[in-house]
Amino acid sequence: MTSAATARVAAARPARQVIARFFDRWSLIVYTLLAVIYLLLPVAVIILFSFNDPAGKSNFVWQGFTIQYWLDPFGPLGLSDAVTLSLVIAFLSTAIATALGTLIALALERYSFRGKGFMNSLIFLPMATPEIIMGASLLTMFVAIGTPPFFPLNFLTILIAHVMFNISYVVVTVRARLAGFPRHLEEAAGDLYANEWQTFWRVTFPLILPGIVAAALLAFSLSIDDFVVTNFTAGGTQTFPMFIYAKSRIGIPVQVNVIGTCIFLIAVGGVAITTLAGRRKQR
Amino acid sequence: MADIEVRLVDVTKRFGDFVAVDAISLEVRDGEFFSLLGPSGCGKTTTLRMLGGFEEPTSGLIELHGQDVTWLPPYKRNVNTVFQNYALFPHLSIAENIAFGLKRRGVKADEIKRRVAEALELVQLTGYEARKPGQISGGQAQRVALARALINRPGVLLLDEPLGALDLKLRKQMQVELKRIQQEVGITFIYVTHDQEEAMTMSDRIAVMNKGHYEQLGEPEVLYERPKTRFVAGFLGVSNLIPVKSEGTADNYAILRLPDGHAARAPRALLDGQSGPVALGVRPEKIRLKARAEETSGQYNRLDGIVRHSSYIGVSTQYIVELGDERQLTVFEQNVERATKAELWSPGEEVALTWLPEHSFAVPDDTGGVVEQTGIAAVE
Repeated sequence: MTSAATARVAAARPARQVIARFFDRWSLIVYTLLAVIYLLLPVAVIILFSFNDPAGKSNFVWQGFTIQYWLDPFGPLGLSDAVTLSLVIAFLSTAIATALGTLIALALERYSFRGKGFMNSLIFLPMATPEIIMGASLLTMFVAIGTPPFFPLNFLTILIAHVMFNISYVVVTVRARLAGFPRHLEEAAGDLYANEWQTFWRVTFPLILPGIVAAALLAFSLSIDDFVVTNFTAGGTQTFPMFIYAKSRIGIPVQVNVIGTCIFLIAVGGVAITTLAGRRKQR
Repeated sequence: MADIEVRLVDVTKRFGDFVAVDAISLEVRDGEFFSLLGPSGCGKTTTLRMLGGFEEPTSGLIELHGQDVTWLPPYKRNVNTVFQNYALFPHLSIAENIAFGLKRRGVKADEIKRRVAEALELVQLTGYEARKPGQISGGQAQRVALARALINRPGVLLLDEPLGALDLKLRKQMQVELKRIQQEVGITFIYVTHDQEEAMTMSDRIAVMNKGHYEQLGEPEVLYERPKTRFVAGFLGVSNLIPVKSEGTADNYAILRLPDGHAARAPRALLDGQSGPVALGVRPEKIRLKARAEETSGQYNRLDGIVRHSSYIGVSTQYIVELGDERQLTVFEQNVERATKAELWSPGEEVALTWLPEHSFAVPDDTGGVVEQTGIAAVE
């Protein structure tokens, strides 16, 4: 085969084929880029506007660069309290819901007992119920009780509400991990003189830990940005999302973007650390 | 007589209506390699699991070294198990896996370290301490499971088809290895398998199980040479079984009439205790094929037949020979006297089948003489 012959073949290739080849090579790359932009653009805007120097109260138009708000992240009145409250509720509700949810998942997966089917469907209910209805009915319930510690609404009522909707997600996530759990490992532990307690902590727990961690992360993120249910059950207290909502009518302070950026960076950092740790383990 | 290490008395296990183990009583001696052999669903694994404490018997008594352990949980029994799928802890290293039992018993760290090294040496895996179970082969995982159990120096080691997942060559190697280790450590092994060859290779004694109970218990040679039931005759190796009628005795032999009219002799003692119909059994390798014209010494049984089929296997040749009543017998001949194609018997040839009466066995003929041959699958 001579090079002249090859050239003739190449020249003879119709334009349609050239376009098809071009499309083959670039379409996936372009599509991926668009998807990434779609996902990251809002985050980019939040980060960008944390450096904005707005003229008036509203932070919607780019005016100029400043790091002034990064130096004073808790400037606006009430922001510090709202962020603290959100974090405390997120940590507490995550801890309680993860502990309870893991135990429920173990019970549902391992044992058969009267009312198991009912329990199974009950677990999905908080996930299936629209948040606004759950919030409203929680409000009705707490008001109907009408006595402390449930009324007037406060920190405790928010926590109860968050634990409630978080449990469902924890149960579902941990159960998925338990479903494929090799039970003979627990028998092997028993065979090697571990009692039930040691078997759980030495064998079962380490093996379902990834599921529990995933469940806890999910619960935390659901709790920290919940607005609807929280708004119904908060009474006079104010969480971070409620703070933003309240300010949206008169102009959201730039510090909200600063804190939003921080939350994003912490989340990305957390994912990066777990990914790296996972890679090292595999090696 | 050695000490009794394991004793089962009337142990029964029911799962709902299904009787998995039906009133088994047996004794295993100290230091013995004992096998429970049977097809799947015969109750051998359930029996083992009750010994390990993973199942509670519905009724009956289980004793280990003279102690009643019937209701004790696994972690309070001086037994260890090698599981069918190894059951290594995937999140622990090989050394941590092996040390698991000693740690639970509160053995000191430096002694654990020494004994783990010893155990790894015993199973020839020194240098694998830091690996994870996911990073070793099936054969190695099997050795780790063995080391993890043996390091605790249990009174009894239970093995649940531990070689089932290995390929044939590795399995043969591990059979020799297991027997070596058992003799080295002197621990009682109770071994569950459905592989008759595996059981015979390693065991001191075998209980052949079927439908929740054992049909016969004894040394491998006894089970093979003198099976007492049709099931045992068929499960261990290949048997030719022919329904016979007893026609009295001569000297120490019983005279037996075959359906095709021939008579055969068998030691009288074989028929002792047989009340119903009896089938005469003879193993394929005990039968010699001769030309019809050839004289046979009077001490042999002799039947006439026609070769219907022959398959050359290399070490031996397998023949199917048809008797006068169209009953077919299997015969194995070592390729010693006859080896070339011209020398071997070919289909259609008229032959005489001969064997010594002492090589016969007798089983109750509980099928009414319908099935004349069992265990053909074992020829594979």
